[in-house]
Amino acid sequence: MPKDQGIGASSKRREDVRFLTGTGNYTDDINLMNQTYAHFLRSDVAHGVINGIDTAAAEAMEGVVRVFTAKDFEGVGGIPCGWQVTDRHGEPMQEPKHPVLAEGKVRHVGDPIAVVIAESPELARDAAEAIDVDITELPAVIDMKAAVADGATKVHDDLTSNLCYDWGFVEENREAVDQAIQNAAHVTTLELVNNRLVANPMEPRVAVGDYNRANDEHTLYTTSQNPHVIRLLMGAFVLGIPEHKLRVVAPDVGGGFGTKIFHYAEEAFVTFAAKAINRPVKWTASRSEAFISDAHGRDHVTKIELALDAEHKFVALRTDTYANMGAYLSTFAPSVPTWLHGTLMAGNYITPLVYVNVKAVFTNTVPVDAYRGAGRPEATFQLERVVDKAARELGMDPAELRRLNFIKPEQFPYDTPVAVTYDTGNYHATLDKALALTDYASFDARAAESKARGKLRGFGIAHYIEACGIAPSNLVGQLGARAGLYESATVRVNATGSIAVMTGSHSHGQGHETTFAQVVADMIGIDEAQVDIVHGDTARTPMGMGTYGSRSIAVGGSAMVRAAEKVINKAKKIAAHLMEAADADIELKDGQFSVAGTDKSVAWGDVCLAAYVPHNYPLEEIEPGLEETAFYDPANFTYPSGAYFCEVEVDPGTGKVEIVGFTAADDFGNVINPMIVEGQVHGGVAQGIGQAMLESCVYDDNGQLLSGSYMDYAMPRASDLPMFEVDHSCQTPCTHNPLGVKGCGEAGAIGSPPALVNAVIDALHRGGYPVDHIDMPLSPSRVWNAMQSVK
Amino acid sequence: MTKLTMTVNGRSVSGEVEGRTLLSTFLRENLGLTGTHVGCDTSQCGACTVHVNGLAVKSCTMFAQEAAGADVATIEGQAAADGTLNRIQQAFQDYHGLQCGFCTPGMVMAAAALLKDTPKPTEAEVRHHLEGNICRCTGYHNIVRAIMAASGQDVAPVAAE
Repeated sequence: MPKDQGIGASSKRREDVRFLTGTGNYTDDINLMNQTYAHFLRSDVAHGVINGIDTAAAEAMEGVVRVFTAKDFEGVGGIPCGWQVTDRHGEPMQEPKHPVLAEGKVRHVGDPIAVVIAESPELARDAAEAIDVDITELPAVIDMKAAVADGATKVHDDLTSNLCYDWGFVEENREAVDQAIQNAAHVTTLELVNNRLVANPMEPRVAVGDYNRANDEHTLYTTSQNPHVIRLLMGAFVLGIPEHKLRVVAPDVGGGFGTKIFHYAEEAFVTFAAKAINRPVKWTASRSEAFISDAHGRDHVTKIELALDAEHKFVALRTDTYANMGAYLSTFAPSVPTWLHGTLMAGNYITPLVYVNVKAVFTNTVPVDAYRGAGRPEATFQLERVVDKAARELGMDPAELRRLNFIKPEQFPYDTPVAVTYDTGNYHATLDKALALTDYASFDARAAESKARGKLRGFGIAHYIEACGIAPSNLVGQLGARAGLYESATVRVNATGSIAVMTGSHSHGQGHETTFAQVVADMIGIDEAQVDIVHGDTARTPMGMGTYGSRSIAVGGSAMVRAAEKVINKAKKIAAHLMEAADADIELKDGQFSVAGTDKSVAWGDVCLAAYVPHNYPLEEIEPGLEETAFYDPANFTYPSGAYFCEVEVDPGTGKVEIVGFTAADDFGNVINPMIVEGQVHGGVAQGIGQAMLESCVYDDNGQLLSGSYMDYAMPRASDLPMFEVDHSCQTPCTHNPLGVKGCGEAGAIGSPPALVNAVIDALHRGGYPVDHIDMPLSPSRVWNAMQSVK
Repeated sequence: MTKLTMTVNGRSVSGEVEGRTLLSTFLRENLGLTGTHVGCDTSQCGACTVHVNGLAVKSCTMFAQEAAGADVATIEGQAAADGTLNRIQQAFQDYHGLQCGFCTPGMVMAAAALLKDTPKPTEAEVRHHLEGNICRCTGYHNIVRAIMAASGQDVAPVAAE
């Protein structure tokens, strides 16, 4: 019987009420007294030298408060990068300066040149049009391979080339992998593109800067997934504001998907300008502006080779990837194609030798950084496509080739050849689950029925692994992270027993206010309504690293459990005193402390009251009050995995693909709220299908963004998607965190693109069109053209 | 600046606007009704959907002056005076039809328009009707189920185990 409260219950989300009644508090809903409005004048060319900026006409316009350019930011730091990758020769990556406003050169369409602050958004926009910028356009560097060819125009004149780094992993395996591939019985090779995407949370970015001159305090309201990270990066590296004078608030945030992790120039600008003009400054992005200023995602070009022996066992894997960094290094950009990608190239398989080479390249495009999955979708896509192709070449069932090479359940913990150790997993179980749910055995009958209607039916399989719950600080420190990746929580018990949990995690749709409360209420045995979750404000929560990489419950939840355990331990001492028993004999169940083996008990609320009204209290042993903080640094990543199956029909006359079935069988370890977990998978799968079928961020050769609005960038609509069948009953709990949880936020976006592409390729082969590969998105024209190419 | 008056959620309101002021801007900035969201600038996303004289309208695509004298309904007027959610709002909570909540006001208003004209829509009709409303979080799965449930049709409970 399903639980109605606590861990494992599908508790309804408490945050829904405000969102459903229009009473949420998103950043653009915040308006401060005497507020001004900023409008950014952005480059309309991809690459050019700024000869001069004439702001006189704009400054003379009615309602204009002030116009800022780069000269106002002399002495101010650049936007920092949070991760330094070391290349295969032991050299640090090339790291260009990223100024708040363009200095001397513009490097992508959207690069901010000047900002007008005015009394209204309309006046600011009008005045920005009156700024005269004299730019000499330079050739744009757009194609990655051309960017690193000899004689290429440089995006940054002070760097030696457009190559950010040339990374090899595992470098010591390089020759052994080459040798193994040369000697292998069979080698399957595939060249593919992981298409560039725009995250597109529905809420565009907004930043409001406020300054209090009387006490020299700054407040930034911003659409961020991690307010403390913004406070640290902006305060310490850009503006030089000490933490105790800088508060960052990320209130209700309308989706993030990675693109709201990063510290952006607009945040630093409004904070800086609010002090300069001594008035609040608000900036709200339009959607068009978001397309040219939010960090983009993916954009890899890869050649992958999988070597197999005569028994069809994998012996070696080699990849060669070009990864686009865009014009500047966004906050975590260097880590995405390297440590979040190379370490997952073993997938679910026993592959003794792996070598991953990644060349990160600067181009005259918007910076590229983490988008839902970040590196892991790119790894999974390559691997699951090449495994599928190998199965076809060898005449094997794709499920059987996977099963043959899976890490076996008894082999966990499993040390991969790419530096990570999977603690738990059972890939056979998730594969079998998905096979059962999709009625794989009767596929041929369904294909025949489709054929009778003139359609080509295909079945696609993908199995993914991901690394979540990032990350052990000492490990990521060695890998170049300039931050720790612990999480924090304070559990504050009130005198009457209700609880406020201040978490360093941040919810921007995930429902922490509900799930985190379920955990604490379950631990104590009180009603969930007695627990409130506070997040998103550096003034109210302990130093936390925020939410991304499916880390909230695995890392933030663990910190909360540790803090709650401290509270419970202290409460037991108080209860022992009240009942004149030994601490060790106190048990807590259903909100009652009892003495083991007796009928003595005292209620949770009475113990809490005693902590704050300590008349009868062990003051000589413990302090009054009941509030504890914990910082949790994970011992390892967590490793969710799963089988994603997609069934499609292709119209051979038009190349149009229709998804007729989509099934996800995931292993997330223990699950706190099944309803919310399933919702996360639905959303992830929708974004993965979006990548595979619809979405693509396209630049022309001059660096103009052709897909710069919802008119041109195909966001998935309701009619593009099917109902999804999702299952999370295969559970191998994580062994190194207290809840046994793994994280579920990114899985859908990782597993679904290869499942869909494999299904379409399968449909074409079955229909007599032996197409090896089609790059995403699988638009009707791409599918149709591929079919014609093999006719 | 032009003075205008309209009825919003049953209450007569007035304000001064420029010719270029959008209805969405008037609702958010002049009236402080920030439940109506603006998610794009090309009339695609539908987060700003409100009802004008009973018809679903993208309020970012209409000048405030065009709504002078009209009867406008927004997300803030959907629940009962005591806070009780209406059947569509309640179904969205029951079936987890929202995550970040940003598209949600537009989804609820679009759903209300659908159910007024089509009391028992099919799944295909719901999906077709939502063509002008983009959600990035839910994959629409639970939005579709919520709207079907709000129409009184049988929908399996969430997270059936």
